[in-house]
Amino acid sequence: MKRLAWIQGATCNGNAHSFLNYPLLQELLEALELLYHPVLPSRLTLPQLWDLEELDILVVEGGLREGFQRAGFEVNHLIHRLYARANWVVCVGSCAVYGGLFGDRGVAFAGEEPTELKSDKVINIPGCPAHPEWIATTLWALVEGRPPLRDTFLRPKEFFAYTVHAGCTRNEYFEWKVDARGFGFKEGCLFYEQGCQGPYTHGSCNKILWNQESSKPRIGTPCFGCTEPDFPKENLFRTKTYMGIPASLPLGVSKRAYLTLTGVAKSFKIQRLLGRLFED
Amino acid sequence: MSRMRKEERKRQIMEMALRLFSERGYYEVTIADIARELGMSVGNLYNYFSSKEALAKELLLYISKILGEEIRKINMMPIGVEEKIQRIVEFYFTTVQERPELIDYFLRVYLAHKEVFKNGCEGFLCVSPFVTELMIFFEEGVRSGELRDQDFFSAFGLFMGYLGGMAFINGEGMLPNELHFYAQDVAQNIYQALKA
Repeated sequence: MKRLAWIQGATCNGNAHSFLNYPLLQELLEALELLYHPVLPSRLTLPQLWDLEELDILVVEGGLREGFQRAGFEVNHLIHRLYARANWVVCVGSCAVYGGLFGDRGVAFAGEEPTELKSDKVINIPGCPAHPEWIATTLWALVEGRPPLRDTFLRPKEFFAYTVHAGCTRNEYFEWKVDARGFGFKEGCLFYEQGCQGPYTHGSCNKILWNQESSKPRIGTPCFGCTEPDFPKENLFRTKTYMGIPASLPLGVSKRAYLTLTGVAKSFKIQRLLGRLFED
Repeated sequence: MSRMRKEERKRQIMEMALRLFSERGYYEVTIADIARELGMSVGNLYNYFSSKEALAKELLLYISKILGEEIRKINMMPIGVEEKIQRIVEFYFTTVQERPELIDYFLRVYLAHKEVFKNGCEGFLCVSPFVTELMIFFEEGVRSGELRDQDFFSAFGLFMGYLGGMAFINGEGMLPNELHFYAQDVAQNIYQALKA
């Protein structure tokens, strides 16, 4: 049985709690030997981890911050020590992956820059928090000895080869360039004015839904781009534009291509998309 | 007929139509007139364009591509916004003088006969190559901090309305000097109005 320890750097506990929402948590925990988890009953205490000789999976939540302590240990030292003894290091949440909100750096990256701990044994699952299913599916893959394919930020392609835009229920409005009139409306796309970063953010929030039910853009809140190294940006509820043209364009789409297509799409007024979906 | 020759023939038809529409006016020119000038049969011309309206719409796109391509070259130059404006103005005025039919078609056919273009050239559909390049010009100017951020259309209207207006009064014979005499001042006025 794979031995797993989940340790925390500087964190809000968001990922530990997110993980608890995994519907098959019981089954997953039965397939693992849980040495330590900050919230779940564990075999060992945090100080006992210092003497741990080997483990299969080290999960790191939270950013690395100089001098940050837990249970009398400098957490950075503990992370480095266990990193060396683990077969796999799974970083959950954007703080552990890039530094994010709380860290000076992540485990294998500081923002976009690789650190001395970047190696093939790292699997990065960014997000604020990471989706429970992204975490659990990755752990299942390791339990079964099938490590996931990863991108350049060591993120599993299964979840991060997509953009958050893929699967968004507002895609028709994106196609025809119909803006949302405000937050909370079912109608309209949030990309043009409301700050949505879905078209250039890697993630599968609209493919693997939150609470098996929904996502930020679906309910009318813009994607904040929380899985990317530059998270968090400022003014998350407003699209940065230059003379009305979005400063960041859909991933891999040139400005000329985008503007050409936008001009064409905007030339048509699709009445069905201009009204309310349900009239009161 | 090879594809190449067919394309070339099509281009000749468009150039001739452009000249005739611009000189005589859209409603004064028939498909038969265009065919006669080219020494081809009316039936053959219909192999290229299904109607006068279809030809008129394609001409608009044709002009937009020619103008857009030149502005694209200026956009790609490693120069500042002020100089880009100068070059766009000079290019536009040169076009007015050397290929007046391109600008006349825009001002005297397209803008004067919107009913011809209402189906198939809605919004930006037939002027997209030109407008897209101007969008890129403005976007990059704001991004680099040289131009003031504002809605695209308030800037676009100032720029193109001004140039179109100069071309129009030039065409009416109202300008005491030839168009290029005004290029530098016009460019400066545009820059002063739009700069950050």
